[in-house]
Amino acid sequence: MTDALALQPQARVRTDPNHLGHHARAGEGHAKATGRGTGGPSSKRIIVGYGFWIFLLSDIVMFAAFFSAYAVLQTGTAGGPTGAELFDLQNVALETGFLLISSFVCGVAGLALAAKRHLIFQAGMALTFLFGAAFLLLEAREFLDLVDRGAGPTRSAFLSAFFTLVGCHGLHVSAGLLWLLTMMAQVATKGIRPEILRRVLCFSLFWHALDIVWVAVFTVVYLMGSIA
Amino acid sequence: MLLFPSSYRVSQSSVLATTGLIIVRSDGIFVMVKFYQLKIYLGIRAASLSVGVGILLGGCQPSILDSKGPIGAAENNILLIASIIMLAIIVPTMIATVVFAWWYRESNSKARYRPDWAFSGRIELVVWSVPFLTILFLGGIAWISAHELDPAVPIPSDKKTLQVQVVSLDWKWLFIYPEQRVASVNQLVVPANTPVQFHLTSSSVWNSFFVPGLGSMIYTMRGMVTRLNLLADREGDHFGLSTHFSGDGFSDMNFTLKSVSSEAFDAWVASARGLSATLDKAAYGELAKQSIADKPRTFSGIDPELFQQIVDQTVPPGPGPHQSSDGASQGVRPKGGS
Amino acid sequence: MLGKLTWDAIPLSQPVPLIASGVVGLVILGVLSWIVFGGHLPYLWREWITSVDHKRIGVMYCILALVMLIRGFSDAILMRSQQALAYQSPGYLPPEHYDQIFSAHGTIMIFFGAMPFIIGLMNFVVPLQLGVRDVAFPTLNSVSFWLTATGALLVNVSLVIGEFARTGWWPSPPLSEITYSPGVGVDYYLWAIQISGVGTLMSGVNLVTTILKMRAPGMSYLRMPMFCWTSLASNLLIVAAFPILTATLAMLILDRYLGFHFFTDEAGGNSMMFMNLFWAWGHPEVYILALPAYGIFSEVISTFSGKPLFAYRSMVGATMAIFVLAFMVWLHHFFTMGAGGDVNGIFAVTSMIIAVPTGVKIFDWLFTMYGGRIRLTTPMLWSLAFMITFVVGGATGVLLAIPTADFVLHNSMFLVAHFHNVMVSAVLFGAFAGYTYWFPKAFGFRLDEWWGKTAFWFSVAGYVIVFTPFYVLGLMGMTRRMQHYDVDGWRPWILIAGFGVIVMLVGVICQIVQLVVSIRRRESLRDVTGDPWDGRSLEWATSSPPPVFNFAVMPRVEGEEAYWAIKQRAREQARLRDEPDYEPVEMPLNSPTGFICAFFSTLIGFAMIWHIWWLALVGLAGAFATFVVFAWRDRVEYEIPAASVARINRANRATRAQALEHAERRAA
Repeated sequence: MTDALALQPQARVRTDPNHLGHHARAGEGHAKATGRGTGGPSSKRIIVGYGFWIFLLSDIVMFAAFFSAYAVLQTGTAGGPTGAELFDLQNVALETGFLLISSFVCGVAGLALAAKRHLIFQAGMALTFLFGAAFLLLEAREFLDLVDRGAGPTRSAFLSAFFTLVGCHGLHVSAGLLWLLTMMAQVATKGIRPEILRRVLCFSLFWHALDIVWVAVFTVVYLMGSIA
Repeated sequence: MLLFPSSYRVSQSSVLATTGLIIVRSDGIFVMVKFYQLKIYLGIRAASLSVGVGILLGGCQPSILDSKGPIGAAENNILLIASIIMLAIIVPTMIATVVFAWWYRESNSKARYRPDWAFSGRIELVVWSVPFLTILFLGGIAWISAHELDPAVPIPSDKKTLQVQVVSLDWKWLFIYPEQRVASVNQLVVPANTPVQFHLTSSSVWNSFFVPGLGSMIYTMRGMVTRLNLLADREGDHFGLSTHFSGDGFSDMNFTLKSVSSEAFDAWVASARGLSATLDKAAYGELAKQSIADKPRTFSGIDPELFQQIVDQTVPPGPGPHQSSDGASQGVRPKGGS
Repeated sequence: MLGKLTWDAIPLSQPVPLIASGVVGLVILGVLSWIVFGGHLPYLWREWITSVDHKRIGVMYCILALVMLIRGFSDAILMRSQQALAYQSPGYLPPEHYDQIFSAHGTIMIFFGAMPFIIGLMNFVVPLQLGVRDVAFPTLNSVSFWLTATGALLVNVSLVIGEFARTGWWPSPPLSEITYSPGVGVDYYLWAIQISGVGTLMSGVNLVTTILKMRAPGMSYLRMPMFCWTSLASNLLIVAAFPILTATLAMLILDRYLGFHFFTDEAGGNSMMFMNLFWAWGHPEVYILALPAYGIFSEVISTFSGKPLFAYRSMVGATMAIFVLAFMVWLHHFFTMGAGGDVNGIFAVTSMIIAVPTGVKIFDWLFTMYGGRIRLTTPMLWSLAFMITFVVGGATGVLLAIPTADFVLHNSMFLVAHFHNVMVSAVLFGAFAGYTYWFPKAFGFRLDEWWGKTAFWFSVAGYVIVFTPFYVLGLMGMTRRMQHYDVDGWRPWILIAGFGVIVMLVGVICQIVQLVVSIRRRESLRDVTGDPWDGRSLEWATSSPPPVFNFAVMPRVEGEEAYWAIKQRAREQARLRDEPDYEPVEMPLNSPTGFICAFFSTLIGFAMIWHIWWLALVGLAGAFATFVVFAWRDRVEYEIPAASVARINRANRATRAQALEHAERRAA
């Protein structure tokens, strides 16, 4: 009796009468595709990248909340200046250009790191920093200018929402710049290790995501605000 | 779907000759429930439900189930229907839980152990469809009643609607009668059997105007106007309160709604006009300061623009607490003792 | 130099908080002295405070939760006794205290009682059930826990230094704006929740990644235990909902600190927007808490019925349906704001639809019991109490989802009864069921059954006695948050509820006694094999407590209920599985990053509350420095040699082989 059972080890495994789809069947467990999760835990690089994506999605939800507040408060100008009166689209175009270039250079730096070209990596990251910092400088100048003109965030709900939404993006860029410098220092001192590669991957995901958020910002806030 | 009669008269219930569930309430009012279709014929005398809750009648005892107005009565009927339907589902479930747990306990050798039985399509079909159909039905009631009994919907009546403007202050209620040119604090006098249309706002923080004996509540928010329609179908006093927490004096924010005969109402208006102080901006400013005013009082000589000015925020808002060193709000000590 | 902080912040002239903080201070001093002078500090630091092991972190979450539940419950006792006394009298708690107490009660129970308990159980159990060694980001896990502890600490510090919010647990403007709440209370609330919210969000990211990307070989999605499915849904909800809370509270902070106009009534602000944003987080939050509780019940009911979970796929579908629908119902929290028939109607319908999958789950649990062989252990009793009481809460929820019913019941005691009904029945009973069920796995010995059952009966009886009168009171027009009242019709019900809280207190004391007694009797309650309940999922394949690496070799999963199949085969063949090929195991190194980061976060929070700007900057710099130091580590893992793995595993195999032999002999 024991032999019979040994020959059919699956005999007592409860087979699923409602099996759907083409996923692993009873006894499989050998599927190679980790995408379906039946090959065991994914590699560390995938796990880190995936987890960071989930974090980025949550960050985008936070931006979505600020966007929705902006949308609601857009008309709450309280007799003060509206977007159309305040927005300098040339400045915005310059900011956008800088951010896009910094994203491009960041991509180059990432490729350089993968190809183990340290100098190009550091140069690329330095340029990313410069363009990112330039973006921030332009934005800071815009904010200070608005405050000078009496259109600071305490003037009206619309301006509160504007400063918070655009400012939140700017804060993320600032944090990114700090992270960037840290990554440059890490690669310089420790060289290319798996965990450092993963961190640079996360950083570039972050930086590109900020770019995507900026596209939404300048569309919803500046372009649509100027038309209204 | 008729949820409350379009002409508010006593009507004896007549039983439709259709199949369905007949529920007889203790006071003899028939409620017909036909599956997928609901027709409720109301009688005015919605006496208390004897479901063992021991609700006291009369006086100023608030009670939602013992409503003295058509809005509240209609809302009660919906509560009743929905409760019965939900009870019909949950009571068998609760009983089944106890029965299954008891019958299939380990020490019961008579129970059949079926260790591999973990799915049944038929049961699943029932288990998904019963809640779904119930929700469909209740959802229909919810949708229709949300429209018919929306607070802003006026109550049809042959009597002229009384307009009342309500301002919630810290921590008292100001009722302005724009057509009668009087105002009252913490006391709302209305003629019985007359629809009252409220326009509500707040001088500072949010509150919520509620008379449990009459029906719906609605928020009061500064800078905005909410609307409410109620009707008291007989004379009597009603307890009123705020149901949105508004700070340290919240528990004292009660008022009385007095439903009186139209003669008595006219007499009250006349006396208010005669003897009371005026409610101008300065008086309103004093009123808006934080306090617990427990004495109802009246005003006359109302500035007709006052309510609109409060809404448009051209009068200053109710000021916040005057901070003493221990953080306590000054002058706020609860009623009923030192 | 010290911002708004002065000596006046300490409530020397107010007896109630003074006595409370005095007692708490003494207890903390006592515990700290025992730790330091008893020589336990090195062990605690090495094994617990700096641990990145999901099992340790899970236990610490649960300990935090239990302590904070006691704090929240003592607030409840204060509230019930105040209301019992305050009929036509001011009671003993003036409004400025009472308002803080009910605000603290709600905040603590939700954010620092229920959330950590549920997250702690998920942390402990999910990697074990998935058959893996740890979560995706172990050090981040530690950071999450310590940030949550920071939030709890800040809320409790408000008792001693300053005050807590007086707005209720959701700080609705304009009351929570600086004009009407000029004190530091609302700031304590805001910073405590923001900081712990970051921790919770990180925890959400961590567990989602773990469940989706790290499972034992062969474990497809539809072979995961039900608790893992509900954890997945809950953590997806965390990832999607908590950022909304972060943004909303940030807007309120900006209003209060910098004079912005998000929610003010002047300059174009919109206070109604706060309600919408807050409850867009708030409703998913209740499902974040309830879904894992449903998962616990699934595990407990199927284990103690000796049957697989009925209609597993249906349950999975119901869980994911709840996840999706959770975002479509938020307006039912403010039907009385006057949105009109169309808007109210839509949200009424969606709120009712979400009752359907929950109802399906109840019926599926019922049919799991049908045909089972039910052992009425403490976890099973908690589950039965849940099934019987929760349906009432669900039914009243459907009632409240009808706008016209809500128009008379909004913010009343009926509502308070409803949400306590669902939260206590589902989350608290579930947490206690899970606590009792997985306690032996965590500590190697079971909890005393007799005390457990006694605690159960008193707790459930007390809960019924407290909250049933609330339904009645709501129907009698009583609203929530009343510091005193004059209506005599309410009095008897309030007194009954006051008596009920005493019964609940007995239950709480019994729980504490149960723990003490079980620790003292632990040898007689020892869980030798690691499978004390005849379990069905993979955590019962390990020893109790599991070794740090959980599984010597990751198990190969071949169907639903992975461990049950392994066990049945072992029983049939009268021998254990073949010994695996042992390999060395790499585990992450412990790290003080979490603890130190939390220290700096506490500084930031406290500094921001009291406007001590330089201290906040110091905190920020310190937190950043902590991460940099962490990033600069050279060693991130340590290796456990194959021989050690083998030795540990063989010890467990020996006990299991013995148990198998005993069972054979008894059957023969």
